[in-house]
Amino acid sequence: MTFGAETVTFLVFAIPLVLTAAGVVVSRSPMYAAMNLVAAFFCMAGIYVLLSAHLIAALQILVYAGAVMVLFLFVIMLLSLGTATLERDPQRAMQLVGVLGAIGVVGLLAAATREVAGLPMAEVGADFGTVKAVGRVLFTHYLLPFEATSLLLLVAIVGAVVVAKEKI
Amino acid sequence: MVPLSWYLLLAAILFGIGLVGVLTKRNALVVMMSVELMLNAANLTFLAFSRQQGNVGGHAIAFFVIAVAAAEAAVGLAIVIAVHRSRGAVNVDEVSELREEIDVEGPTARAG
Repeated sequence: MTFGAETVTFLVFAIPLVLTAAGVVVSRSPMYAAMNLVAAFFCMAGIYVLLSAHLIAALQILVYAGAVMVLFLFVIMLLSLGTATLERDPQRAMQLVGVLGAIGVVGLLAAATREVAGLPMAEVGADFGTVKAVGRVLFTHYLLPFEATSLLLLVAIVGAVVVAKEKI
Repeated sequence: MVPLSWYLLLAAILFGIGLVGVLTKRNALVVMMSVELMLNAANLTFLAFSRQQGNVGGHAIAFFVIAVAAAEAAVGLAIVIAVHRSRGAVNVDEVSELREEIDVEGPTARAG
């Protein structure tokens, strides 16, 4: 069995992605979980580039690995709970049920992917997934959701300030 | 060429890992990180099908998912800070004030 360059690239990003994602769940310290999540986001961006989603890959790095993770790290350090945040006396039964349930869901999804296993990838031009191509769709077909997103972000900013304020 | 099912399988595995985190972790911050992981898995599925169909619409949806995830993280972390300030807890099972009281001794027991 020979592997093409694309398959090798996929595996180079996919295997660390699964490992770091598992690290998020396995880590006892939230700081280690956050660091694993940053690595997972970078690997995910690599997978996105492999799917010709150039704009979304850049957004993944900027918004997720940049803004969202800084927010997470900021809160972890702000609360500075130290050893209090470590997972102590884990509930074994709960963990077992959670893992079994997740395995069931993954099995269900994997079975569902067999329906589309034979579908070929479409031939796409060089401009597929670029800022120009996505922007054109975003500002014509998805204009209303796009504007609604700006409202959502405004509400989120106001909500975050109000909730985190000491006295309302 | 990497087949579509590989991407979908990868997304399913990531979704499962995120689900394990949501179900088993007790630290609210780690639970939120697991939710981000699940959102990313959904994004990967959108982009995989978008590539398979040669339709750039899935990229627009992924864009909206990223925006919603950013808003969710901002509000969720503000709630974590507020809860920690008011009762010094970040464990999700220590914050259960909204849970329904379980009346084991019947309705008269609590009246006295």
